[in-house]
Amino acid sequence: MSQTNTNNDQYYVPHLAKWPIVGSIGMTMTAVGAAIYMNNQFDSPIVMYLGFATLIFMMFGWFGEVIKESESNKYNPQVDASFRMGMIWFIFSEVMFFAGFFGALWYVRNMAVPWLGGEGTGVFTNTELWSGYEGVWPTNGPGNIGGKFELVDPFHLPLINTVLLMASSITLTIAHHALVDGARKKVIGWLIATVVLGATFLFFQVDEYIEAYQHLDLTLKSGIYGSTFFMLTGFHGMHVTLGAIMLTVITIRMMRGHFKPESHFGFEAVAWYWHFVDVVWLGLFIFVYII
Amino acid sequence: MSHAETHSHDHDHDHKPKGFVKRWLMTTNHKDIGTLYLIFSLIMFIFGGALAMIIRLELFQPGLQFVQPDFFNQLTTMHALIMVFGAVMPAFVGFANWMIPIMIGAPDMALPRMNNWSFWILPFAFTMLASTFFMDGGAPAAGWTLYPPLVLQGGHNLAFAVFAIHMLGISSIMGAINVIATIMNMRAPNMGYLKMPLFVWTWLITAFLLIAVMPVFAGAVTMLLTDHYFGTSFFNAAGGGDPVLFQHIFWFFGHPEVYIMILPSFGIISEIIPTFARKPLFGYVSMVYATAGIAFLSFIVWAHHMFSVGMPLGGELFFMYATFLISIPTGVKVFNWVSTMWKGSMTFETPMLFAVAFIILFTIGGFSGLMLAIAPADFQYHDTYFVVAHFHYVLVTGAVFAIIGGVYYWIPKWTGNMYSERLGKIHFWWSVISVNVLFFPQHFLGLAGMPRRIPDYSVQFANWNMWSSIGGFAFGLAQIFFCIIVWRTIKGKGTSKATDRVWEGAKGLEWFIPSPAPHHTFQDGAPVNDEHLAHVSSH
Amino acid sequence: MNKEKSYSSSGLKIFLWVALVLLVNGSALAKSSLNMTQGVTEFSKIAYDLHMIVLWVCVVIGVLVFGAMIYSMFAHRKSKGVTAAQFSHSTTAEIIWTVIPIVILIIIAFPATKALIKMEAPTDAEGKNIVMDMTIKVTGFQWKWKYDYLDEGISFLSTLKSDSNTARQIGSGINPATVENYLLDVDHPLVIPVDTNIRILLTANDVIHSWWVPEFGWKRDAVPGFVNEAWTNVKTIGTYRGQCAELCGKDHGFMPVVVNVVSKEDYANWVESQKGEQKVAAVKNNAQWSKADLISKGKEVFNSQCATCHQATGKGMPPTFPALDGSAVVNGPIDEQIKTVVFGRKGTSMAAFGGILSESDIAAAITYTRNAWGNTAKDAAQPKDVKKIKNS
Ligand code: HEA
Ligand code: HEA
Ligand code: HEC
Ligand code: CUA
Ligand SMILES: [Cu+2]
Repeated sequence: MSQTNTNNDQYYVPHLAKWPIVGSIGMTMTAVGAAIYMNNQFDSPIVMYLGFATLIFMMFGWFGEVIKESESNKYNPQVDASFRMGMIWFIFSEVMFFAGFFGALWYVRNMAVPWLGGEGTGVFTNTELWSGYEGVWPTNGPGNIGGKFELVDPFHLPLINTVLLMASSITLTIAHHALVDGARKKVIGWLIATVVLGATFLFFQVDEYIEAYQHLDLTLKSGIYGSTFFMLTGFHGMHVTLGAIMLTVITIRMMRGHFKPESHFGFEAVAWYWHFVDVVWLGLFIFVYII
Repeated sequence: MSHAETHSHDHDHDHKPKGFVKRWLMTTNHKDIGTLYLIFSLIMFIFGGALAMIIRLELFQPGLQFVQPDFFNQLTTMHALIMVFGAVMPAFVGFANWMIPIMIGAPDMALPRMNNWSFWILPFAFTMLASTFFMDGGAPAAGWTLYPPLVLQGGHNLAFAVFAIHMLGISSIMGAINVIATIMNMRAPNMGYLKMPLFVWTWLITAFLLIAVMPVFAGAVTMLLTDHYFGTSFFNAAGGGDPVLFQHIFWFFGHPEVYIMILPSFGIISEIIPTFARKPLFGYVSMVYATAGIAFLSFIVWAHHMFSVGMPLGGELFFMYATFLISIPTGVKVFNWVSTMWKGSMTFETPMLFAVAFIILFTIGGFSGLMLAIAPADFQYHDTYFVVAHFHYVLVTGAVFAIIGGVYYWIPKWTGNMYSERLGKIHFWWSVISVNVLFFPQHFLGLAGMPRRIPDYSVQFANWNMWSSIGGFAFGLAQIFFCIIVWRTIKGKGTSKATDRVWEGAKGLEWFIPSPAPHHTFQDGAPVNDEHLAHVSSH
Repeated sequence: MNKEKSYSSSGLKIFLWVALVLLVNGSALAKSSLNMTQGVTEFSKIAYDLHMIVLWVCVVIGVLVFGAMIYSMFAHRKSKGVTAAQFSHSTTAEIIWTVIPIVILIIIAFPATKALIKMEAPTDAEGKNIVMDMTIKVTGFQWKWKYDYLDEGISFLSTLKSDSNTARQIGSGINPATVENYLLDVDHPLVIPVDTNIRILLTANDVIHSWWVPEFGWKRDAVPGFVNEAWTNVKTIGTYRGQCAELCGKDHGFMPVVVNVVSKEDYANWVESQKGEQKVAAVKNNAQWSKADLISKGKEVFNSQCATCHQATGKGMPPTFPALDGSAVVNGPIDEQIKTVVFGRKGTSMAAFGGILSESDIAAAITYTRNAWGNTAKDAAQPKDVKKIKNS
């Protein structure tokens, strides 16, 4: 541990943490609020929204505290390494979350649907229960759940969106290089470009959903196709939203003069997250839209 | 040794925050958080155990006497969820919090604020889960495995259960991230990976398992949620889904999950045995590899829980073979423990008694696991009490015994007081006898054809069920007795002060700081003296 | 030290004593069996043999490992004045105890693989595919089984016998020991001929069940929306009892499987009599019934088919199972109720009884509910009304 600053040669351990308990309360309110709303036990999602608000309040408080500590040089390189590991493994957990859904997609396409259509061990399944069902993807199943639907053309909006997200990864990388070079103005410019690209992506995604619901009759209820399509793209969209918010936050922090060329963990964490979201999209584009 | 040590003898100087809220609710101290986890776990153990007592009471004799079948299913489900996620997993996180920083010479966990949050999610999540007992339609009743479509018939509880599981998952993932960051980043200089105590190693590997599978579980229950409330068709054949898909995802999580509950136990046992054998752990490096091997294999055996769902032949064969393989690294562990004891100079204080019982009884549970792994035989065993016997041997006489042994082993370090060896021994014998009366007959019941998850049974099963229940009540009382022992130790009643080293044969950094461990240790870095360590690998 | 020793040895004494009592108790009771059944099919024998092989392998390994350990615990204790050796590894030993288990496992894997292939891809001694002589479709319902003899066109439901069902209620006051085959008897057992290759197709209507007769040597899940295939060939005439083996809701413990294995002649006779009954049922379905007949038949149907959920009192078990006493549907337009019963309610355990019960039974049950308890509709449904809605 090399010491550049006398007040951070010890590993910084905060003495009291008031935000976690706020976070727990917020989380519980969100969960309980959502549960009673979903069960129609309560007409309005107000409790859930209050919970969300509490969580956002918590995040501002918590991150604010961390930023303050960070800006006042309380963190030595070892603390920085802890943060990095935290972020890396957090992203890994997110990867596994998506892996679960991709795995489900793989299973229904290669196992369940063919069986229902009479392939492999599904001979009797097809003749006894679903005779006449073909079992080809895309499908809403032998029960035609949700009625007939059409597919989103991958080479319109999704392709544009792919380009947008790829571009945003590039602009973000340029911003990062600029930060290392100490060109703050340039960083802010490229960050704004990244946020705009992300927001445009989200705009198109919403547009695509509206199109799907209104014109293609493709909904969450369109059998297994609708389920996998909307759950995968939906969770991805939520992650993009979160990523975009985080990008906005670091843009503002840049404007306020935060981050140093040699230490800017907050910036990097957001950048990793954004690249992760980008990679997930590539997976989606290939496995959900094209194939 | 270090500053921290000299400080700590002066009790006003250990910087404990004043006041209950600040000390416990807002703490960032790994020892306090560890204590919170352990206390929470004990409460949950009693709660889950109380549910088990009602189960055993109903099963005491044939006929329905006390609870309606639906409530019985709620009991079974909640018993398992609470024991697994509320008692065993938090207990290990408690040990991790308390011991890992001390064992590797770190001032605290790597991310102390997040550490606080990991804990403080749990009481909320379990309150939410337990509150379903009081709802219309009651608590989840589809078994802890939550198989659809049954679980989707559950009514109001589903959303609560799913969100509670999300919260538990978030808590576990944050806890695991913290463990990884601590071990990889906070080791004192000179604390190389191959000098770490085995407990630290097993936890490092467990943490990876957690991060890999908890999110998958979260995804699976999310699909349940959307199938029930938003009309998706993941588990509905009419829509092109498959109920069995859930089982695949669940067990992809669920099998590693059972090793999440046993690997830290292996770690604890690997600390206790050498201490009381006064002999270094045999085969340290192979223990590390074996642990990693078990963890790796745990990802590719999941469908051994599903032999009877009608998988294609190739799948059944693959999962059978893969499951066989797990016996090999596990065997390595067992043989290494026995070799550690061999030609040692053993004494049998309570922690050692529990560790020895662990080795024997866990191995018995492992043997029945191997039997279950044989697919054609599992067509008979599956979903009978034989399975129930198997997993209680590995979980109760495995994980829980390791936890209890670990508590006896380290409680002098935590509290500064020696527990009463006399009471500890009584507790041990009482437990080890009753637990076998409780679970051994369940093998017979299963083989004779008694299905699991039934509130009432045919009269031919009456006899062994009665024995099992008697054993159950006795084992339950023994654990109340355990609570008393722990309480007396904390309060220093009828006990003596613990020395720093506590056990004659103990090695590792934790034994070279005072007892009780000062509130802050190693703030200025721990000088790691190889003499103090159990493993200074020369392999 | 002495004191400590006496504790452990008295503990050990209690331990052995209890173990002894357990053993004596076990062997004294002829009826409580301790081991897996050898059963009456090739598979059950295979499963039993594999079980015994592995059991003995485990016992031997256990004796060796625990033996070494216990020896060490007595020989290498500090109180005997031994000083600890300080060795901490031996590559040779580690290789040995890695390789030996591998070898054991490989040896076990052979018969296990053979057995599995035999069960899943049935072939005879010459490796030719085994021809199935007949096919029975088994459908799991909450909480009964339906058997369809696909070649004969016979089909019926099989539910827990009423004496067990009465005895099992809380506070019934009936000692289960006085009920013959408590919880293991049904009203209509499955009847199959001996020495015949029978393909069994399994599926379910609502949730996953699992069809299991221990004497046949396997269980297989009945998954809604999918059909699983299994087969059996029973060599010995007799009655075999099993249970549903997958948690399927509140009465999971109360849906036994009973199979009567009979000689081929008896089976042929049974098929004839069933066909006769099927004809009678057809006549009933086409007849016009008097209200009184409907109500009395309806009570019978209701108590055997509906009461597990809606209760004999009609009070149900809200909120999961609605009360029919006072229900708006039962007191409203009759066609709505017929629809509810015929088509069921998707996503709930209310099954589509149109495919389960005969039209006359449905009409009878509905008429009964509309006239029973405090219900005020007091009208009647005829089988033809049900048929009309079924075909709509
Ligand atoms: C801590 C938890 C834990 C642990 C460690 C294990 C360990 C093992 N388990 Fe178990 N298991 C559970 C918890 C656990 N299990 C639970 C909770 C369930 C039920 C879930 C539910 O349905 O609710 C279950 C169910 C379960 C099943 C499904 C049964 C069924 O539902 O039909 C199977 C099948 O293969 C199985 C196998 C094994 C195997 C092979 C091991 C192996 O890891 C064991 C390896 C150990 C040994 C073999 C002993 C030591 C080795 C030697 C001394 C070497 C030499 C030995 C030989 C070569 C034989 N387990
Ligand atoms: C780590 C996990 C864990 C632990 C520790 C236990 C501990 C115990 N378990 Fe359980 N159990 C599971 C995990 C666990 N179990 C799982 C995963 C299932 C499967 C669920 C499913 O099918 O979905 C299961 C299922 C299960 C069943 C089968 C239910 C069924 O299939 O219907 C039974 C039945 O005997 C049982 C009993 C017990 C008993 C008696 C204990 C005892 O060890 C408990 C002892 C502890 C106490 C008793 C607490 C302390 C004392 C008191 C509270 C005071 C009261 C005391 C008296 C009145 C004497 N458990
Ligand atoms: C396995 C459980 C089960 C069985 C058996 C069962 N039902 Fe139901 N029944 C239900 C459930 C659950 C509902 C509520 C469905 C809903 O929520 O829409 C229901 C609803 C009904 C309703 C509508 C009541 C209302 O007020 O909405 C009628 C009528 C009914 N059942 C009649 C019958 C008849 C007649 C039988 C026997 C032939 C029967 N049920 C057997 C579970 C069952
Ligand atoms: Cu049907 Cu259990
Ligand atoms: Cu497993």
